[in-house]
Amino acid sequence: MVNTTTGRKKDDSAAVFTQKASLVSAFVHDVKDRTGAMDKTLELLAQKPPLDPQMASGKKRDPSEKILAAPNLDHDGFQQLSDQCRAFPHIHLIRDRLRNFPGGIDMGVTTADFGIADTGTLVINSNDEQTRLATMLCEVHVAILAVSDIRETALSMTKELEILVRQKGSYTAFVTGASRTADIERVLAIGVHGPLELHIILVEEK
Amino acid sequence: MESHESLKSYKNRLDDALDNRFLRQAMDKFAVAYRASRENAFACMDVADLIQQVADIKAAAIADSKALLDRFVKKAKAHGVHVHLADTAEDANRIIGEIAQKSGSKKIVKSKSMTAEEIHLNRWLENLGLEVTETDLGEWIVQLRKEGPSHMVMPAIHLSRFQVADLFSDVTGTDQDAEIDRLVKVARKELREKFVEADMGITGANYALADTGTIGIATNEGNARLVTTLPKIHVALVGIDKLLPTLADALTVNRILPKNATGQAITSYVTWITGPSECTTTPSGKREMHIVFLDNGRKKIAADPVFSQVLQCVRCGACANVCPVYRMVGGHQMGHIYIGAIGLITTYFFHGMENAKNLVQNCTNCGACKAVCAGGIDLPHLIKEIHTRIQDEAGHPLQSLLLGKVLKSRKLFHSLLRTAHLAQKPLLDKKEKPYLRHLPMIFSSDHNFRRLPAIADVPFRDRFIKLHQPAKNPGFTIALFSGCVQDFVYPEHLEAAMKGFAQHNIHVTFPMGQSCCGLPAVSMGEKSAARDVALQNLDAIDLDKVDYIVTLCASCASHLTHGVPKLLKDYAPEKAAAFADKVIPYSVFMNDIVGIASDVSAGADVGRKTAFHSPCHLCRGLGVHNTPHELIEKSGNQYVPAVEEETCCGFGGSFSTTFPAVSNEILTRKLDDVTESGADLLVTECPGCVLQLRGGAAKQGRKFTVCHLSELLYPPMEH
Repeated sequence: MVNTTTGRKKDDSAAVFTQKASLVSAFVHDVKDRTGAMDKTLELLAQKPPLDPQMASGKKRDPSEKILAAPNLDHDGFQQLSDQCRAFPHIHLIRDRLRNFPGGIDMGVTTADFGIADTGTLVINSNDEQTRLATMLCEVHVAILAVSDIRETALSMTKELEILVRQKGSYTAFVTGASRTADIERVLAIGVHGPLELHIILVEEK
Repeated sequence: MESHESLKSYKNRLDDALDNRFLRQAMDKFAVAYRASRENAFACMDVADLIQQVADIKAAAIADSKALLDRFVKKAKAHGVHVHLADTAEDANRIIGEIAQKSGSKKIVKSKSMTAEEIHLNRWLENLGLEVTETDLGEWIVQLRKEGPSHMVMPAIHLSRFQVADLFSDVTGTDQDAEIDRLVKVARKELREKFVEADMGITGANYALADTGTIGIATNEGNARLVTTLPKIHVALVGIDKLLPTLADALTVNRILPKNATGQAITSYVTWITGPSECTTTPSGKREMHIVFLDNGRKKIAADPVFSQVLQCVRCGACANVCPVYRMVGGHQMGHIYIGAIGLITTYFFHGMENAKNLVQNCTNCGACKAVCAGGIDLPHLIKEIHTRIQDEAGHPLQSLLLGKVLKSRKLFHSLLRTAHLAQKPLLDKKEKPYLRHLPMIFSSDHNFRRLPAIADVPFRDRFIKLHQPAKNPGFTIALFSGCVQDFVYPEHLEAAMKGFAQHNIHVTFPMGQSCCGLPAVSMGEKSAARDVALQNLDAIDLDKVDYIVTLCASCASHLTHGVPKLLKDYAPEKAAAFADKVIPYSVFMNDIVGIASDVSAGADVGRKTAFHSPCHLCRGLGVHNTPHELIEKSGNQYVPAVEEETCCGFGGSFSTTFPAVSNEILTRKLDDVTESGADLLVTECPGCVLQLRGGAAKQGRKFTVCHLSELLYPPMEH
């Protein structure tokens, strides 16, 4: 897949990543910088159909409201997203206490630590419970990945992975596509207990 | 599944499964689709090399498992994990039950774990009054139906969407459409509350990394992530065979596991957990984490020189996916808890001889499992070893004992065959000579699915002298190894071959002391008889005087090449290796060694569309795939590929007489495949396959004829 806006070559790892992620029904978007990533996120949120609550939540919510969780963005990132959100009246932006939303949240946006090109996989440090819940309870998971963080294969980045994994209390997630099953008649169905959709926003400049 | 099931009752279950139309169609579709998706997943990869890497990693880990366990325990304890060591299934159940009770847990959610199935954990916990909910969709379905999984990776593969819709209608109290996407969403909704309310989550683990005290879990649905995140307590039940030294080892295994399991490059999620992670609902802010390591016989297996490789299994389930018997009868009939070829073996170790004794016979020895095994396990060989072991422990059945005794004495065996020839005379079909009209009394009616050939009037060994033409300055000198079936039932295969040998100036010897190759004895669990005949064959052939030992029976060729050196490794290892080195299948000898050119015999039929059935022992046993196709073309006929050319025909020696109904179904599928190829003629290279295919084609009135490759190349003059 050659990208005309970024002019990437077919064999570079971002192109391989994009191709492999697309094979498992992830949607990959190319943007220039963090602002572009936030814009894309909010654009996806605006297009998203309303939440299908999986169970009754504590208090009644306005049905037009959309819940956006962004637990692992750094301070500046969250601030920027928060500012950009102001243009949209119905977005409820949160970053913690995600357990209060067991019935689901519309969108979880997280950064990803690495991408693995040969399988289209995201590596996400999920030590923090809020990050985990954001990527599990959301209907749409948006992951922001810097092109420079893409590696060829998992084995080629063992050292970097070990740094993540060996920490006490580490919960390191490899995420490849949306949650899926083929348990009934081996027919592929996307969206079981995890997200129904996975979007990956590839950011050119870190 | 009661533990003292008779072979008869087991066969009744097989018959029921064969009558299950949905199961048959689903399994058939799966068998074909799996092959394609696996191939696709491994495109551009050196699969054999990858399997070897995995086999090496696992073998080293098994040998070092004690040290790995110590290292893991130390690391995990330092992370704050409660580590428990369970010697037996009951120990593990008790430990997990106590964790639940001590913590006051009432509700438990589980993600899929074959190890938990192995120890019947749910039953134990439910008896303690705990509510246990399986959260993997397939596992939840079989749990609701009060069944066990019928596949290690796809537990509900035996069920249709309609059955699931009915089940979910009952569960939800509302009518559910049989639409798969909607049914999946029903599970999503029904189970969400279970996740949220659960006090405790139980998972298995695919990997346990000693270096870091990490467990790795591969899943697709995302349920294991919720199971390890929402509840306050996480218990991981891990077989000690899951221990590996490093993350790099696990990443290497993980390159093959999902591809072999479902044809996926990787599962949607791979989760690496190193000690208790953050949990906002506990006072400490950390989850309570327990790891229960299970032995349950694994240490004993690890110490066994023959069976230690069993622990190289990574639980991908591929051995079931390609098994011709599994395809016909499904998982509940092809395993006790563990399914497929590996299940035939592990049942004996984990669930005892009584549960294994019938299962272990349900193998055609086709080798399809061995060819795909992610851990490089010699599954068919180990199945036969288990069969032998069970017979040694429980006593050999009369039939098998007799076979063993008879085979040990070549003279007795051959004189019995000659007597049988006389006894069959009144039964022969007068019009069509080659078939027995009625089966002898020892066979019941369900053996009548194919027409059985008659024993020849004069066996090949008595014809050889007349056919023998000593060659002057021969290109090659060979020993012809006939095998029993061609010697006594199909001497014409060998006669045809003799014509070709004469044409190409090959000096043929026929050592009269040769006996059965021994494979039938191995198949029936008579290892000592197999060893005896192997030694007899070694004595019969003077290796210094022949360039090759040529056989027209692929099963004999494969057994003489691989089986004999294994049997004789403590008896005559060097001689057996030298013997095995000279063995060559007929097609390879004629095509690659003699190098016959386009070699159409005068008066031979040409231009026929000709399909090939590749005997299991030729394609997988000896790695010969395309040579016979070349010979078909050289015979002046047109080779037409059948889609499942390399799938077993269902003969499998004693398999077809022990499980005739299953054998017949495999055969029918095979013949359908040949019919679909549009062939006029079906050629193969093993007399056992000829017996099965020709007999089945005749019985079913198929439009194509069946012959041996030698008969295609050198047809008899009068035809």
